[in-house]
Amino acid sequence: MSDCHGCGSGPQTATRPARATVHRVVAIVGPPNSGKSTLFNRLTGLRQKTANFPGVTVEHHVGKAHLPSHHDIDIVDLPGIYSLNPRSEDEQVSHDALHGKMPGLRRPDGVILVLDATNLSRHLTLAANILSLRLPTLVVLNMADDLHKRGGTVDAEALANELGAPVVLVSALTGEGVNAVGRFLTGGIAVPRPVELPVLQDVPACRQWARQVSREAGYTHPTPPLWTRRLDSVFLHPFWGPVVFVLVVGTVFQTVFTGARPLMEGVEALVGWVGGGLRLMLPDNWLRSLLVDGVWSGVGAVIVFLPQILMLFLFIALLEDSGYLARAAVIADKTMARVGLQGKSFIPLLSAYACAVPAIMATRTIESKRDRIATILIAPFMTCSARLPVYTLIIAAFIPEKPFIGPLLGTRAAAMLSLYVLGFIAAVATAKVLKSSVLKSEKTPFVLEMPPYRMPTLQSVGLRLMDRAAAFLKRAGTVILGVSVVLWILASIPLVNGAAPPIEHSLAGTLGRAIEPVIKPLGFNWKIGIGLITSLAAREVIVGTLGTIYGMEPDKDAVGLQKALQNDLTLGGAVALLVFFAFAMQCMSTLAVVRRETGGWKWPVLQFTYMGVLAYICAFVAFRLLS
Amino acid sequence: MQLSFKKRSVKPGFRTLADLSENEEGLVERIDLPVDFAHRLMELGFLPGHPVAAARSAPSGDPRVFRVDGTEIALRRETARHILLRRH
Ligand SMILES: Nc1nc2c(ncn2[C@@H]2O[C@H](COP(=O)(O)OP(=O)(O)OP(=O)(O)O)[C@@H](O)[C@H]2O)c(=O)[nH]1
Ligand SMILES: [Mg+2]
Repeated sequence: MSDCHGCGSGPQTATRPARATVHRVVAIVGPPNSGKSTLFNRLTGLRQKTANFPGVTVEHHVGKAHLPSHHDIDIVDLPGIYSLNPRSEDEQVSHDALHGKMPGLRRPDGVILVLDATNLSRHLTLAANILSLRLPTLVVLNMADDLHKRGGTVDAEALANELGAPVVLVSALTGEGVNAVGRFLTGGIAVPRPVELPVLQDVPACRQWARQVSREAGYTHPTPPLWTRRLDSVFLHPFWGPVVFVLVVGTVFQTVFTGARPLMEGVEALVGWVGGGLRLMLPDNWLRSLLVDGVWSGVGAVIVFLPQILMLFLFIALLEDSGYLARAAVIADKTMARVGLQGKSFIPLLSAYACAVPAIMATRTIESKRDRIATILIAPFMTCSARLPVYTLIIAAFIPEKPFIGPLLGTRAAAMLSLYVLGFIAAVATAKVLKSSVLKSEKTPFVLEMPPYRMPTLQSVGLRLMDRAAAFLKRAGTVILGVSVVLWILASIPLVNGAAPPIEHSLAGTLGRAIEPVIKPLGFNWKIGIGLITSLAAREVIVGTLGTIYGMEPDKDAVGLQKALQNDLTLGGAVALLVFFAFAMQCMSTLAVVRRETGGWKWPVLQFTYMGVLAYICAFVAFRLLS
Repeated sequence: MQLSFKKRSVKPGFRTLADLSENEEGLVERIDLPVDFAHRLMELGFLPGHPVAAARSAPSGDPRVFRVDGTEIALRRETARHILLRRH
């Protein structure tokens, strides 16, 4: 009904005159996956994460509405809720925010209730709860495009009269009808006469009311999403389901590893060219050494991995935006149940392939406290994108490229895949141990709503990749740059006859050699030792550090980073290093977020120690076995 | 609407959601599960008198996706066993 935008504001209805109040804090609430964050992004111009599965947003986000005449309206994006009875941490956030109990956030004086118009009769059940809060409320029926495409209709004006609140039909994705939301924010929308609402707490009564209301509003349910059913008959097929799964995983690894190669070589050439240019332009003094040998070798060594990381994020974005992720959780539930967890834990674990920090946040959707802690504790075992540069570098240096399983998987991609599997096994084994001891609990039920499949849009995927690239470069420009500078200084003192000492005798070298006895049993020398120390800040820093160390060595021109590594590590040592990185918790941001989410130092300290000890022992065993 | 708080007593003679074969439909009679979890299931549409149809399951047969109220919701067999269906 595209002729019906903003019917709720139609002057011909029996409405009270528009209240001229401008709302100051307006909360966006609604059921999970109804498009709240998409609308938030449209209203504020920000880029909160959106994806096609329930439970994407797990904390509140505030942004200023982009309106020409009003600059002081705060919009709050909230996690999805089914009712006002919270069952998990993320639902608690919405509950607290709506009741003004969220520290640092004023109680909202207006509400935007976002409902999925393709599923109106059920989503309206929440409307009874929200409207009974008696806050000025705008009901947004989202996904108008999808509703029309599948032949559904709704009379927004009639619905407004039934609900006693203005109703607008919009598509947050295309922007259709979103202007009316702006009018609500500035008080320029007419409000129908309030109506009596059903008794709260009784779900059947609410549902009965919702059905009645949607009937009055002339709601015709859209036809079922045909494509979703077709795709599910493949993805959840007893035979083809697993086959497709394996094919997808194989393709991802092959593409991330070999497909990104040409691009990476391009970046590598560019980095080398810039470094060479800098060397020619600058006079031969300490500043040139700092900039070229210290900073640029360090930062450049990491930047080379940008294409590969973007490729990985592209796949993750496609999985999340298409809706396949929820199916993967269903398929994985059986395995997860075996270790005492459930399918919902699988979603954070999958997002931990990008980074453990958002994954740990995502555990907020898990209802059981103990399951949630267990998932937090195992998430850092999943191979995050910061490990990718380390793995790629070492694998490329030590494993020759050959076909492994036909053209589908080469030896290097297979090695990479086995490291991912190794991390996953460590995660589930740890979960098993935790869930049968300290975190033992009754089995918790698994309930997950399946979103319809959606075509990932170029815009949403593109924006996500750009944000990722920006975050990656920012990290290279801050953490890695900082570490490179400090390392350069440590590697240049104490001065010997006014010149930098040979690196072994520098302060950095002395530090590295001091820890050498501890790491020698793993097959690592002092240079790797320095890398292990700096990688405590973040894993990929070791690549930058090795870049800087080798950049400062006198015979640097002869060797690249890979060649230099081959001189310093045996095959056994290389495998030990891979194993060490697979298991050790070298990430300050993860520790910080674990402390925050578990509310104390107990779990992060335990996690750091456990992962460190496991990494050391397994690396030792790997080195022994291979030498 | 009756809610039983006993956890395991699945009444003989009642069919449950777990007995539905693919694409078969039934009407919910009641939910035989702890009250707060039953509440969530009702919020998701598993309400007395409402139709539920079984759809695809995971390749291993469990969990299964159910169509209820226009959406699809995955449940484990152990949960589905406690959602009783109306007798014809
Ligand atoms: N076709 C269509 N898709 C939409 C529309 N609005 C949102 N979507 C898609 O719906 C999915 C969910 O959007 P989100 O904005 O993440 O939903 P949310 O309500 O914030 O979800 P949670 O944070 O998980 O509660 C995404 O894949 C969006 O691209 C719309 O108007 N039309
Ligand atoms: Mg959201």
